[in-house]
Amino acid sequence: MTAVTASNPTLVMGPVLYNWSVDAWVDFHARVADEIDVDRVHVGEVVCSKREPFFADRLPEVIERLQRGGKTVVVDTLALVTVKRERQLVNDLAALDGVEIEINDLTPLAALDFGRRFAVSPLVNVYNEGTLTFLASRGAWSVCLPPELPLASVEVLARTGARLGVETQVFAFGRLPLAISGRCYHARIHGLAKDSCRYVCSEDPDGLEVDTLDGEAFLAVNGVQTMSQDCAVVMDELDALVAAGVGAFRLSPQTGDMGAVARAYRDRLAGRIDGTEAMARLASAGLTMPIGPSMMSRAWTPASQPGR
Amino acid sequence: MNMVSEIFRPERVSPAGTPAALRTAVEAGTDAVYCGFRDETNARNFPGLNFSPAELTASIRFAHEHGARVLVAINTFPRAGAERLWHDAVARAEDAGADAVILADLGLVAHAAAKHPKLRRHLSVQAAASNPDVIRFWADTFDIKRVVLPRVLTVPEIAAINLEISCETEVFVFGGLCVMAEGRCSLSSHATGKSPNMNGVCSPPSHVLYKEEGADLVAELGGWTIDRTPKGVPAPYPTLCKGRFSAGDYSGHVFEDPVSLDAAQLIPPLIEAGVTAFKIEGRQRSRAYTQAVVGAFRKAIDDHVAGRPIASDMTMRLAEGQTTTAGAYKKTWR
Repeated sequence: MTAVTASNPTLVMGPVLYNWSVDAWVDFHARVADEIDVDRVHVGEVVCSKREPFFADRLPEVIERLQRGGKTVVVDTLALVTVKRERQLVNDLAALDGVEIEINDLTPLAALDFGRRFAVSPLVNVYNEGTLTFLASRGAWSVCLPPELPLASVEVLARTGARLGVETQVFAFGRLPLAISGRCYHARIHGLAKDSCRYVCSEDPDGLEVDTLDGEAFLAVNGVQTMSQDCAVVMDELDALVAAGVGAFRLSPQTGDMGAVARAYRDRLAGRIDGTEAMARLASAGLTMPIGPSMMSRAWTPASQPGR
Repeated sequence: MNMVSEIFRPERVSPAGTPAALRTAVEAGTDAVYCGFRDETNARNFPGLNFSPAELTASIRFAHEHGARVLVAINTFPRAGAERLWHDAVARAEDAGADAVILADLGLVAHAAAKHPKLRRHLSVQAAASNPDVIRFWADTFDIKRVVLPRVLTVPEIAAINLEISCETEVFVFGGLCVMAEGRCSLSSHATGKSPNMNGVCSPPSHVLYKEEGADLVAELGGWTIDRTPKGVPAPYPTLCKGRFSAGDYSGHVFEDPVSLDAAQLIPPLIEAGVTAFKIEGRQRSRAYTQAVVGAFRKAIDDHVAGRPIASDMTMRLAEGQTTTAGAYKKTWR
């Protein structure tokens, strides 16, 4: 069996990006705590501040349950921070003791004490060594790289991270977060405005599929977020990524058997199964969407540079 | 001192895709132009556009002789392993006499602040700095003098931001309209492999294909159908977020209609909100467009400063038959 055991990569359950019911969300994390083989778990609302109040009351119990299950817990901040209440939420999280924080834009850097360590989400633009170095100097200990980055960039950044003592992480499984907006597309599709959205995004626990007019599976909307419709999977690239020094792989929760997904990655990373077997397991994990490749392995071709 | 109370006159910032367009904008009376180098360091990296270092030097001399400032956009995100290209661009902008650089990437801003401390730094819309806290982070950490605000904010939100920050703000008032937070969108990358952040292109012409299918004209981007119009009806350019798609029972413009931004009527409340500079999008547009739109906005601001109303049909003809919107500046847009 091909081995990718040069190191012992960390498996990370990303934050639930969708608007699940509170009960489904609590149950999912109970399962993660008790049954799912991941090392680290992210919680907290990333996409829409209107969803946050529904989960706030249950967050302490979910965190406690996950920690009792032996998981490292990381709380995420909002991706798009504009109004006062959102700023206050970020400031409150930045002051939270006893858990790790992951930033989803640079707003928390204004509030975080120098020296308080933080993780960096794939929604923060870390494209190069200069940005990674700056974030490390401010206390970043883990950086999950943007899914847009080609493999060559990931390899450079993983080596840079190793030199700086910062874990580099790759978004390895899930609908890809592609864009964030001031406008709510779920509401727009239902003929509603964002302020009177009736929380229609809760009807689609994996997001709402957006197809081309020819019926091709193209995108998905999740409130103000736009995602790939495919569940993007990093699998063939795992050897190269581990060799380059990538220390963690993020699995983004979808409905379906995330326990089976985590086992497939754990067994593949430990060299117990090959990529074909791992992909077969993902295909039978009860996902509601097609599985597709990540953006990572596209050949890097700089745009034309006329005049050069 | 004999001070006369004056209505604040905001700065007009006009696009210059070429040295010729820069001259046109300066002669049409713009206060400042923005432009970029002919490579992947700027977010309008289209064939036939932009400036060589020598062209930039000559153009800045011309602008300065006519009392206009030149802002150089180096607003893509440097590629890992190739940051040198972006560092060189900042150095060349300073050597050419640029009045400011417009930057988006955290690492590049840190580099410019450390290595070119005297070169004025503006934060690009691509950095999507959307609240006072993050703007203060940029201003305090890197001495950013002006922030171009992302197009996700309402006028009252912009006013609230300006009350809490000490640096200047610049907003877009006319032209193409991003519906996503700028610099935080990889839709184009998903469809074509080319993106604004990495390559300086969005929905690039190199990946566009029009083809006839029965009675329809199909507009494709990277092999994806973005729109379908009956033959004979003008087909819109397949910009991904302005395309038509289906979602559940809905079929149509899921993200945004094929509209462009026109906030001319909002100039008075935006000035009231403390905005320093008004920006016109369109470095890829013709000299005739530049001349017309710069002239129209010059008149709009002159009218406002003189206490006259801003003509309501002023910019409509410039939108080339497209519908216009005030975008996120009005809360109902969301």
